[in-house]
Amino acid sequence: MAKVVDRRKLNFWEELYLPAIASGMKRTFAQMFKPAITLQYPEQRPEIFDDYRGAPGLVRDQDGREKCVSCQLCEYICPPRAIVIVPGEAPDQPDYDYSEIEKAPKEFYIDMLRCIYCGYCEEICPEQAIFMTDLYELNAGSRQELVHDKAKLYDVGGLRVDAIQKWKDKNASPGSEERKNVPPSGNPGDGAH
Amino acid sequence: MSRARTLDVEVAEDRRSESMMINMGPQHPSTHGVLRLVLELDGEEVISCAPVIGYLHRAKEKVGETFSWHKFIPYTDRLDYLAPLSNNVAYALACEKLMAVDCPPRAQAIRVICHELSRISAHLLGLGAYAMDLGAMTIFLWTFREREQIYSLIERICGARFTTSYTRIGGVERDLPEDFWPKCQAFVNEFPGRVDEYEALLSRNKIWVKRTQGIGVITKEQALQFGLTGPNLRGSGIEYDVRKANPYLGYENYEFEVPIGTEGDCYDRYLCRLFEMRESAKILQQVIDTIPDGPILNRDGDEALKTVLPEKEKVLTNMEALIHQFMVGTESIHAPVGEVYFGCENPKGELGFYLRSKGGLEADRLRIRGPSFANLQILEELTPGHSIADIMALLGSIDFVMGECDR
Ligand code: SF4
Ligand code: SF4
Repeated sequence: MAKVVDRRKLNFWEELYLPAIASGMKRTFAQMFKPAITLQYPEQRPEIFDDYRGAPGLVRDQDGREKCVSCQLCEYICPPRAIVIVPGEAPDQPDYDYSEIEKAPKEFYIDMLRCIYCGYCEEICPEQAIFMTDLYELNAGSRQELVHDKAKLYDVGGLRVDAIQKWKDKNASPGSEERKNVPPSGNPGDGAH
Repeated sequence: MSRARTLDVEVAEDRRSESMMINMGPQHPSTHGVLRLVLELDGEEVISCAPVIGYLHRAKEKVGETFSWHKFIPYTDRLDYLAPLSNNVAYALACEKLMAVDCPPRAQAIRVICHELSRISAHLLGLGAYAMDLGAMTIFLWTFREREQIYSLIERICGARFTTSYTRIGGVERDLPEDFWPKCQAFVNEFPGRVDEYEALLSRNKIWVKRTQGIGVITKEQALQFGLTGPNLRGSGIEYDVRKANPYLGYENYEFEVPIGTEGDCYDRYLCRLFEMRESAKILQQVIDTIPDGPILNRDGDEALKTVLPEKEKVLTNMEALIHQFMVGTESIHAPVGEVYFGCENPKGELGFYLRSKGGLEADRLRIRGPSFANLQILEELTPGHSIADIMALLGSIDFVMGECDR
């Protein structure tokens, strides 16, 4: 049921206006004794949580290997078409676990002037190679500088150790034995849960 | 009488009848965005007013017709940019109606939180700007204090403060983190007290009352004729709230009241907004108390499977899921042939999405019914006869946002 909003006429005191000034003053002055809620940015910084959606960056895994396999899904999904990838061959992996990976990006650009920080790239990436970082201040002297290239993107992303290490787990799982034509190097049980 | 003197009189009379054209906006602080009003003035009095819109036109509807269903979600953030979460929800609901996808109960409850938080935040800004335009600076600063709190909550919900892109077709992107609940509870606890503060400063303040009561009276007939929705319609005494009239997201299970005004003036619209904020806080409390556990994305059934990405864990460990991920990513959603309209009670009024699909990856026609657009039309009818200072009160009380009006 609808509620009719209360609008009474002003009474004599309220018509005088002076009491309203007094009560208004009381309330505003009371604020002075409450703790300040503003931040002295940039000396004081807001708390940024892990799941914050800042500038996207590419990550390396704990071995320093680049995780992106240039499948180009993120390039395809990115709504403002900020991502440009030039796919290339993966370098030879000395580690058996990664020997099946064939591709890696030759070039990877994200135009930060186009990016809208939607997080779709992180969501779609099947390799957990691209992440929204906590970087929220971007500035540059020219537009070109804000087109992040591969080196810059790895800079932004840094290193990330994931709970599921796709390629290692795959090779460590039962049934993978027959696929192996070379004996595992190092200790194969590494990435198992 | 000398000749010179008669001439003088003639000139003066001539001047008196000469009206003056004034451009208010598009950069005027109180036009809240890029609205331009071409005012014809006779002294202080407004004779006619022609709103000029379109400065923020970004062809959203056309963009929606060239993008896959999912890719358009970030663009809905930028409609009513004061309540992005609410727009996300409205669009997702329209898509779900078209595709006949259900949304799990937990996701629905989360969406209600999104809706109500945005409502409070949008009304707060509306109120703050409204009061500031009429000279009450304090309210503006105080509402920003609460808005900061809400934005921190929104940041916890989706990882971004403004550009939320939170909903997905069939649910929401991520679950709420543990630390969201105590923060939300704290906000709900202290918010009614804050509204009391605003009320104490404004509602019974003689200046505020004199500047808003009897100004910009919208009659019931006018409100209906112009297709007003939201607090502007209710301020004129018509009880219509999409959440009550056509419940979605389980709004029928929450207890809340819909305020209506009696006079339809600026003061009534202000009171309605205040009341709605209090009701929103009550709804939030009910959601906190009753939110069910469960999935946040609908992954059941063949249809649903094609619309949502599989869980990340499965993508990394399971071949099927990986293929599915690529299918959803590249092919996106094939919507069935059909057309739907879905209207949501957004802060500014009824935000409706009309989607027509000929089947395939994108909409054949995507039309957005922006409440601000409908609400703004009435300015032309309403302003004549008011003094120019009243325009500020009118604009503030109609509370529009140009992102949604121009789209
Ligand atoms: S970042 Fe991820 S989604 Fe993008 S190309 Fe690399 S592996 Fe594919
Ligand atoms: S965050 Fe969104 S806009 Fe930015 S690169 Fe990723 S997908 Fe593109």
